[in-house]
Amino acid sequence: MSFDFVPLWLTFKLAALSAFFLFFCAMPLVFWLYFTPSRTGYAVRALVNMPLVLPPVVIGFYLLLVFSPNHAFGRLLYAVFHTHFVFTFEGLVVGSVLFNTPFMVNPILSGLESLPRNLGEASFMLGRGRAATFYKVLLPSIRPAILTGVVLTIAHTIGEFGMVLMIGGKIPGVTRVASVAVYDDVESLNFASAHVYSAVLFGASFTVLLVLLLVNKRFARTW
Amino acid sequence: MHKGLRLSVRKRLHTAAGDRVMEIELSADECRFMALFGPSGAGKSTLLRMIAGLTAPDNGVISMDGEIWFDSTSKINVPAQKRRVGLVFQDYALFPAMTVEKNLAYGIRGPSDKSRMHDLIDAFDLKRLCKRYPDTLSGGQKQRVALARSLVNRPHILLLDEPLSALDPEMRCTLQDELARVYRAMPVITLLVSHDMGEIFKLASHMFHIKEGRIIASGPPGDVFGGHTDRLKITGQVLAKQEQGVICIITVAVGADVSRVVVLRDEAQALSVGDMVGISAKSFNPEVKKLKIS
Repeated sequence: MSFDFVPLWLTFKLAALSAFFLFFCAMPLVFWLYFTPSRTGYAVRALVNMPLVLPPVVIGFYLLLVFSPNHAFGRLLYAVFHTHFVFTFEGLVVGSVLFNTPFMVNPILSGLESLPRNLGEASFMLGRGRAATFYKVLLPSIRPAILTGVVLTIAHTIGEFGMVLMIGGKIPGVTRVASVAVYDDVESLNFASAHVYSAVLFGASFTVLLVLLLVNKRFARTW
Repeated sequence: MHKGLRLSVRKRLHTAAGDRVMEIELSADECRFMALFGPSGAGKSTLLRMIAGLTAPDNGVISMDGEIWFDSTSKINVPAQKRRVGLVFQDYALFPAMTVEKNLAYGIRGPSDKSRMHDLIDAFDLKRLCKRYPDTLSGGQKQRVALARSLVNRPHILLLDEPLSALDPEMRCTLQDELARVYRAMPVITLLVSHDMGEIFKLASHMFHIKEGRIIASGPPGDVFGGHTDRLKITGQVLAKQEQGVICIITVAVGADVSRVVVLRDEAQALSVGDMVGISAKSFNPEVKKLKIS
């Protein structure tokens, strides 16, 4: 039996890229949510948390519609990025970033909100604006929360199935990630291969979460 | 142009005891060390926050050295960052991810601030602590860093919100001395919120007694606390009562000390354990009388 490692490689590539892009995309959003006094903030928070309650296939379905070149927005995306987001790896990354937003935003936001309010105020009193306060004082004070956000994004991407299947299809070598490969193999009674994928996903998720806990414990000790 | 702080503000406060209107008017001339004294919830911290620009009054005017910081009629509200106010919190608010040196350097705006920072490091004896992180410091050390940090960018006014109340009495005393010394070396209008009469006497030349959102007395601490110069007056709490014949010995806690005072049995009957009492003693006035020689 020849074992196909490509789905595992795709899964880990997707997880790493999603966490990387989401980390940078989430910061301005967290910044706005943290500082805004407006009630719109609550609506945006509700929206950000939708992936936690909606079935992943629903998100996948809507993204499929949004990315579709038959619609205006999909055509606009193509005009800007010169690439399609349906049934492509790029599409998976975009979907995964959107889908994981609550896993990145929530830990960081609650980390910020657990800081004493006067930490930010002390920075204002020293003449610094919101951006400097956010990036130089507040974020460095909540490193464990940031690490939690990154790790949860990685772990959750490793486990994602419905949304990936919906917008990626299962094109071998392109969008057929490990979770989809497990499903495929079980369907075609190829249990040996399904076992290997499952065991690797299980081990990787466990390791990532264990490392998170250990590192955060060390943070808690030194601070 | 008027030097110093001018303030006349009104704000509705939501306190534990219900809604209340705070109405404060005060002015402070150049380089005075002033204290705000009053019970919790009187509006002392809110007043500091309004001067700092962290809380806006409902209406009124705040100006510093003739520059308007807040004016509700002309809709002026200079942001906290632009006011150049030094504010020291009771819990220090040091940045945990920065060393002491980086905490101090955070507010630097120019080369002159940098040399000022080195002066402050010397004044507060922080040289040894520069590379340490706030979490490795004692309470007294943290507060030294916080005080130094608030002075680095030469604020127009220094606001101290119960800065020493979390420290033990000995450390508090040491820091009061340091604060007084640094204040003499680098004078700046200072407004100190404190519950400690001794602290106010020691540091402030002028004080405001605030109660329920209003100033009920102001002046030198000696006058406001009702100082009759010929009378010794202390307040304390009755801890125990012990009758002995016609007299009664009551044990009173005064600050960190416990004293025993002898009172007449009849007087003692009005007192019970837990009562707050005032103990006063008139000084002995020597009386000179001519003696008749027979």
